[in-house]
Amino acid sequence: MTPPTPSAAAPLEVTDESVVKSPTPTTNQGSESRSPGRLAWKRFKRDRAGVISACIVLFFFVIALAAPLIAKLYGKDPYTTYASQRPELLDAFSYPAGPNGGMSSEFWFGIEPQLGRDVFTFLLYGIRTSLGIAVAATLLTALLGIVIGITAGYLGGKTDYFVGRVIDILLSFPSTLFFIAFMPVIYGLFVAPDENIPTWLRAISLIIVLAGFGWASLARLLRGQVLGLREREFVEAAKVTGASPRRIVFKELLPNLWTPIIIQSTLMLPAFVTAEAGLAFLGVGMIDPTPDWGVMIQRGAQFYTEDITFMLFPGLSMVLFVLAFNLLGDSVRDALDPKSKR
Amino acid sequence: MLRFLVRRVSGAMVILLIISAVTFWLFYAIPRDPAMMSCGKNCTPENLEQIRKNLGIDESILMQYWHWLVGVFAGRDYAGYGYCDAPCLGYSFANREPVFGTIMDRLPLTLSLAFGAAVVFLIIGVGAGMLAALKQGKFLDKFASSVSLLGSSLQIYFVGYIAMFFLVSELGVLSQPSYTPLTENPAAWMSGLLLPWLVLAIIFTANYTRMTRSQMVEQLSEDYVRTARAKGLSKRNVFFRFAWRGAMGPIVTLFGIDLGVLIGGAIITETTFSLQGIGRLAIQSVNQSDLPMLLGVTVLAAGAIVLFNIVVDAVYALIDPRIRLA
Repeated sequence: MTPPTPSAAAPLEVTDESVVKSPTPTTNQGSESRSPGRLAWKRFKRDRAGVISACIVLFFFVIALAAPLIAKLYGKDPYTTYASQRPELLDAFSYPAGPNGGMSSEFWFGIEPQLGRDVFTFLLYGIRTSLGIAVAATLLTALLGIVIGITAGYLGGKTDYFVGRVIDILLSFPSTLFFIAFMPVIYGLFVAPDENIPTWLRAISLIIVLAGFGWASLARLLRGQVLGLREREFVEAAKVTGASPRRIVFKELLPNLWTPIIIQSTLMLPAFVTAEAGLAFLGVGMIDPTPDWGVMIQRGAQFYTEDITFMLFPGLSMVLFVLAFNLLGDSVRDALDPKSKR
Repeated sequence: MLRFLVRRVSGAMVILLIISAVTFWLFYAIPRDPAMMSCGKNCTPENLEQIRKNLGIDESILMQYWHWLVGVFAGRDYAGYGYCDAPCLGYSFANREPVFGTIMDRLPLTLSLAFGAAVVFLIIGVGAGMLAALKQGKFLDKFASSVSLLGSSLQIYFVGYIAMFFLVSELGVLSQPSYTPLTENPAAWMSGLLLPWLVLAIIFTANYTRMTRSQMVEQLSEDYVRTARAKGLSKRNVFFRFAWRGAMGPIVTLFGIDLGVLIGGAIITETTFSLQGIGRLAIQSVNQSDLPMLLGVTVLAAGAIVLFNIVVDAVYALIDPRIRLA
């Protein structure tokens, strides 16, 4: 992707710069007020790739939210094994009898081999599960990263040193390996070893594990930013006027950090989607009866040589989502921080 | 340089120490008795006690960790297995093989996978990035940028199966991924790993193309590059000698991180292609509650990451003399 033309963004940059320095924007051209947010929105709207990818991402979130409604209108659910009621759907080897994975006007995306579930609703609910987990993990990661990063940067001294070392260690952890090793431990905290692990517990464990290893890079970034901001005049002025540390952190520092936080979060979310699916693929995340992107790919892997169609739906939809989200992330970065280079 | 190495290596040792301790603590965070698992059907209390003693798990967790540490540096005596030489990582709870030996058996595959893929993605990624920077704004640039954007959105567990389906099952162009030691039969080694290399490369190349392009574009607009050109140096000379040297830093960093991660076990890649490397060993050891094996793999994986961090910083100083190692 080519960044938006610098010439177009150049006049805006000047106002943007002054906005950062003083809370009231200089209105040297026209009387219309231009908050940084509005400027970013204006820049974003001009970016065609960004708008298209935002629509695609929005589409995914809408179908994830509306999955039960869509399934109701469509008249099927992801759990029923339709082949057990109607054996003619699968052939003698338990593969879909119809061509292209059994796609028909009745089963839009075909039928799952062996168990004979409906692929369309399974994918729909799968997107719902995966996106739900990824969004929750992103929010938790951002929260942890913000709190720890700002605290370390603002307090400095021993706290900063200690947090810095923890981040160093966390970043040297082989992450996939620790996700795998950590999951049984979190399950063990809540249920006895021989009991079945409920689905909500799997989801919560995944969120905890993803966030537990994800906050380090955001915290490191924010810590660096806070170190710079801490010495700026406006923070000093706030201190002199007797503002509490709480006020300084929330009202003075945090508003200046939203840009890196939003940019990092848009990078984080697709990474969590793929990580969550990867864990399900390895058999340590969500498991079979729960519809999930990764579970579908793992199922698909079992019979990819016989029925590749089943693999294509979760795979391609995930590629589309991640691609759109990455593009959106780039556009958001260009809009919020036009001077950044890719 | 020596001071830098001593400082960084000792720092790395501390990190590895902490990581192994965390792994140990994690393992015992849920109550479990590895002796029960290897005891089998007709298990008597005496049997159980004997197994605990043989495995060296009849002591407190702290003592177990201490003995494990001593074993790594000085070797240790096992009641059930006899003396275990210096880099002693213990014996697997699951199949009672020595951990060190098992890891050494599996390592060549993982190394072949990592370095083979690295050669492919470095050449293609950096090459494409340079071309894109050279033809800035032209069709080639846009093409390379779009392809790399698509590549960075792909996942091994999807592309791997699609590639296996089309290239192996349907067309029969490549052979089913397998591992033959390089020393045994180089041709078979290459043909068996070609598909995993290519698939890994597709995914990793994207980052290098983007990074190389943006770095080169940035460097080409620097004053020193303009000066070099003004002095009348050839375009090629300026491009490779000046701009490329300036652009290399972040690429080396990225490469160090990727290589460390790949050597620590490309778990998903090895699962996708059914290759028995370190990554598979890791997931097996978690599933079988095999602490010594898990510890060994974790220390290896973390060690690779930490080691390459140090190497990257040292190489950085070689590329850019302005950076001093301290």
